[in-house]
Amino acid sequence: MSHHRLEADGIRYDYPDGTPALRGATFRAGHGESLALVGANGAGKSTLLLVLAGLVAPSAGVATVGDLPVTPATMEHVRRTVGFVFQDADDQLFMPTVLEDVAFGPLNLGLAPEEAKSRALQALQSVGAEPLASRAPYRLSGGEKRLAAIAGVLAMGPDILLLDEPSAGLDPRARRRLIELLRAFDHTRLIATHDLDLVLDCCARVLVMHEGTIVADGEPRAIFADAALLDRCHLEPPLSFSA
Amino acid sequence: MHMADALLSPAVGGTLWVATGATLAWCARRVKARADDRIVPLMGVLGAFVFAAQMINFAIPGTGSSGHLGGGLLLAILLGPHAAFLVLASVLTVQALFFADGGLLALGANLFNLGVFPCFVAYPLVYRLVAGDKPSDGRLAFAAVLAAVLGLQMGALGVVVETVGSGLTSLAFATFAALMLPIHLGIGLVEGAATAALVIFLRRARPDLVDRSLPAPVKSRAVAGLAIAAALVAGVLSWFASPHPDGLEWSIARATGTEEIKPPEGGLHARLAAIQEKLSVLPDYDLPAEGTAKKEGETAWPEVSGGRSFAGLVGGLVTLLVVAAAGWLLGRRRPVA
Amino acid sequence: MGRLEAALRDLRLADTLAARDTPVSRLDPRAKVLVTAAFLVAVASFNRYALSALAPFALYPLWLAVAGRVPAGWLARKLAIAAPFAAMVAIANPILDTAPMLRLADVTVSAGWVSFASILARVGLTIAAALAVAAGTGMHALAAALAALGVPRIFTGQLLFLWRYAFVLGGEASRMQAARTLRGGRGSPALAVYGPLAGHLLLRAFERGERIHRAMRARGYDGEIRTLRELRWQVRDTVFVLGWCAYFALARFVDLPLALGRAITGAP
Repeated sequence: MSHHRLEADGIRYDYPDGTPALRGATFRAGHGESLALVGANGAGKSTLLLVLAGLVAPSAGVATVGDLPVTPATMEHVRRTVGFVFQDADDQLFMPTVLEDVAFGPLNLGLAPEEAKSRALQALQSVGAEPLASRAPYRLSGGEKRLAAIAGVLAMGPDILLLDEPSAGLDPRARRRLIELLRAFDHTRLIATHDLDLVLDCCARVLVMHEGTIVADGEPRAIFADAALLDRCHLEPPLSFSA
Repeated sequence: MHMADALLSPAVGGTLWVATGATLAWCARRVKARADDRIVPLMGVLGAFVFAAQMINFAIPGTGSSGHLGGGLLLAILLGPHAAFLVLASVLTVQALFFADGGLLALGANLFNLGVFPCFVAYPLVYRLVAGDKPSDGRLAFAAVLAAVLGLQMGALGVVVETVGSGLTSLAFATFAALMLPIHLGIGLVEGAATAALVIFLRRARPDLVDRSLPAPVKSRAVAGLAIAAALVAGVLSWFASPHPDGLEWSIARATGTEEIKPPEGGLHARLAAIQEKLSVLPDYDLPAEGTAKKEGETAWPEVSGGRSFAGLVGGLVTLLVVAAAGWLLGRRRPVA
Repeated sequence: MGRLEAALRDLRLADTLAARDTPVSRLDPRAKVLVTAAFLVAVASFNRYALSALAPFALYPLWLAVAGRVPAGWLARKLAIAAPFAAMVAIANPILDTAPMLRLADVTVSAGWVSFASILARVGLTIAAALAVAAGTGMHALAAALAALGVPRIFTGQLLFLWRYAFVLGGEASRMQAARTLRGGRGSPALAVYGPLAGHLLLRAFERGERIHRAMRARGYDGEIRTLRELRWQVRDTVFVLGWCAYFALARFVDLPLALGRAITGAP
């Protein structure tokens, strides 16, 4: 099913002051695949995600989502197809209550308030966060905020999920819950993360980024066993490997 | 400097609510017309910043006391006057509702004093003219201090006029002004310094956020000059109005022995006169309380009167609003060719 | 506790109070806005020497506080903090206006003291009403009421954002201040330190604004602010508005305490 396709072709991006962030990133992902994007800070993971979601325009190269390239003209298609979970859940939960925030997406898609509300409740149920519906975002714990943010993205019914450091700052219980959730999804997933153990639990494929390009693409165990590669990219093997 | 409801009359409070309400609507329309969908979240976070920053004190050198940012001028510099006005309105609303800092009836007046003067007078007519395009740090600081001082002086004067005009205080205009204005001179210096410090820092870190291209102030110089002149005439020169009868009154006096012909007792004329008396908020170009006092006694010349200044300024403002509204309405009818 | 922490704590408390289910919070916020506006106008419309005639008006903030279960101590504390400016201006009245007005037993009270007391009474009434109605309603409902009453959405939208991020930015500011104190910073910082301190906060505010905007666009934001919250006007709201406005009208034009006093003492 092509609408789960996610591709990058020679993506380049430079910051306004000229510093290059992406220097030709290329990969292909298909139906329901679960990929991890790993690399040191500054390697370009977040930027690549932003380009794929159409939130930032690349200086060169093409991102493809579903059947269509990501361009200003196809933006509505991109919004419906791609769900983006941001690094800081506080940036994403901007409505007064969790329910209203999760309903934000459906309302923007044109649903009537009643329908948007039931979609939102469904999404909250699917992540196990229904009790949070009437709570104010600033009172939630890190894990609860993360779940609410994911629900807000799921409520739009995307085919592809992009997640930027989803397990950062979560306590072990919340992290475990997140991993279970990610395993249960059948969307195409691209997860940028430092949490290599999460990668082992959730992802069938790993993309290693270094200085703006993807330097390795393969099965997690094989990649993480390659000590030279990890060292070059300023990474270390997962904690569970040393156990 | 926030006015309380306890010192305000409904007439003064209501008038200023209408004035700031209209300004708010106008600003909302202008901001929406910019069609920049970044503006709503940006306004919100900057409002949150101003709210938080007002709680952060810094030391005022040489006095041992501390001050804090007000934020009006800073917002105008960063967002432009219209968006800044909206943000200030929300900051003041939160303060009034949850901190009892300024009354709700007085919210219009407070927004006028703390919003209209910095955003629509101090920023375009002082800061932008003095700073010009891409000013040096020193010039920016000077412009900010000057604009902040003048803006706050106007605001303080506003508080005085509104309080005295409401008639609940026994303070005379001159006394109250003599207390408020010097205090706010110091506050203005503090505001200007804090604003300058922040803008200079921000400019170094993210010049793109500060040197946004805003419409050049060249054309507004003429408008600015006229506006200041009008305000001065209404606010200050009116004190120097001649107490002698004008031409019409003089002629009537010569002809009949009184300055005004007595109107008929009954009928339509009397009814209309009664209506006019009830409707006139500022009879005889002065505040009701002070006006009656003057009729009884000798009046000095120049007649330094807060009531008269208030009447003049309100009259000017209302005229301006009516003209602007008429212009807008007429402008709408015309179809685009 | 610094001013910032105290302010954040107050906001949090106000939010908590408003979220509870009380007779006050169940009313349509538009009704509360209308009645409070009528209340403020009525109180402000008295002449400067009105004192006992103001007393019946205390019923409204009292009812709001009791029915809204607003803590009396919190209300009293806020009143005490908010009164000074008005009191400072008002103190000029007894000094300047010395015409005798009342005789209580053997004491002659000047008009200035009467108007001073009147101002203090107004301070109590207006501030108590504003705080009680805000605590019983909350910013979200109030913003919805304003939008429903015709206030431009671009204003109510950013008002809600301010509310939402006041806690976040306030928290950041508080941590920056704490970090400075822990590194030996005493008292208020000099301007040379304040610039970067508050400047960084400002920078982070901008960056957060950009991130929020991205998150909004990612979920389909196109400039229109749409919300779930629907306000439904019910019979009890009509009763609330008509009842209180009638009471205010009565108390404004009939000096109830005077009438009561006359009835009790039989004086003319």
